[in-house]
Amino acid sequence: MTEFYGTTLPNGLMLGTAQYPSPAILADAFKRSGAGVATVSLRRESGQDRAGQDFWQLIHQLGVHILPNTAGCHSVKEAVTTAHMAREVFDTRWIKLEVIGEEDTLQPDVFGLVEAARILSEDGFQVFPYTTEDLVVADRLLHAGCEVLMPWGAPIGSGLGLNNVFGLRAMRAHFPDVPLVIDAGLGLPSHAAAAMEMGFDAVLLNTAVAKAGDPAAMAEAFASAIRAGQLAHAADPMGPRDMAAPSTPVIGKAFLE
Amino acid sequence: MKLLLNGAPIDAQVATLADLLLAEGFGDAKVATAVNGAFVPAPARPDHALSPGDAVEVLAPMQGG
Repeated sequence: MTEFYGTTLPNGLMLGTAQYPSPAILADAFKRSGAGVATVSLRRESGQDRAGQDFWQLIHQLGVHILPNTAGCHSVKEAVTTAHMAREVFDTRWIKLEVIGEEDTLQPDVFGLVEAARILSEDGFQVFPYTTEDLVVADRLLHAGCEVLMPWGAPIGSGLGLNNVFGLRAMRAHFPDVPLVIDAGLGLPSHAAAAMEMGFDAVLLNTAVAKAGDPAAMAEAFASAIRAGQLAHAADPMGPRDMAAPSTPVIGKAFLE
Repeated sequence: MKLLLNGAPIDAQVATLADLLLAEGFGDAKVATAVNGAFVPAPARPDHALSPGDAVEVLAPMQGG
């Protein structure tokens, strides 16, 4: 099993905690999928309703690894400060580092991402960078101290699946020993299966589960697809070919014309 | 003293960040704090003096993807 900063996960699913119809459905999605990682964020708290405290109790009871994010951060300073605040609140060195560079696609600002990753890695964080499939950026992130890379499948929340299969295959081939996680853009379990068949180590998703008609069932479907994809990759799939090749033996066929 | 708390103007008679959290109902809540964009770790709150116009952010665990 792949290790993420020395941690082995129960399966290849990292699951977000936003947009569920209710806390009970969120908890059920984790239970039925067996996801071992929950992504969370930090937001402004009110001294009156203290909503964050109830959420923390819920997440704590899931008994999974917590992966705080820096979602919504558009600068290095903002992301680094948020990461420090998250480390204190969640008591973890893990940080899902997002530095957003473009509003319509939520594409990462890869220049800021590399700089923030270096600052945080030097400060003892274990960085999970939300990046693109760009190989040069990936290499810079590794040199900055990242031991995991998280390329996007498609824009966050789009459900489009794996937009650049060629680029993702190249990334897997270039970094065979680096844990790679497809983060964002998946819409269907088949997208997750395809990622795992390509040899990715995990997928991270939220909207595809939370916005399904039955989120818990969809979470379980994703877990099944991830398992199928992992098995298929390990089983060494056949290569595609352009021409037909009969599977039934030709030798011995009767001549009946 | 006039402050900004999570973007909203308030008038608080407090000396330190720890005093402000207590006065605004955060008590023992699991929160992280920043003043004027800089992280202030929990152990430093009792000694972190506030000044008029300071912008204080108080963040808590929340849903995220």
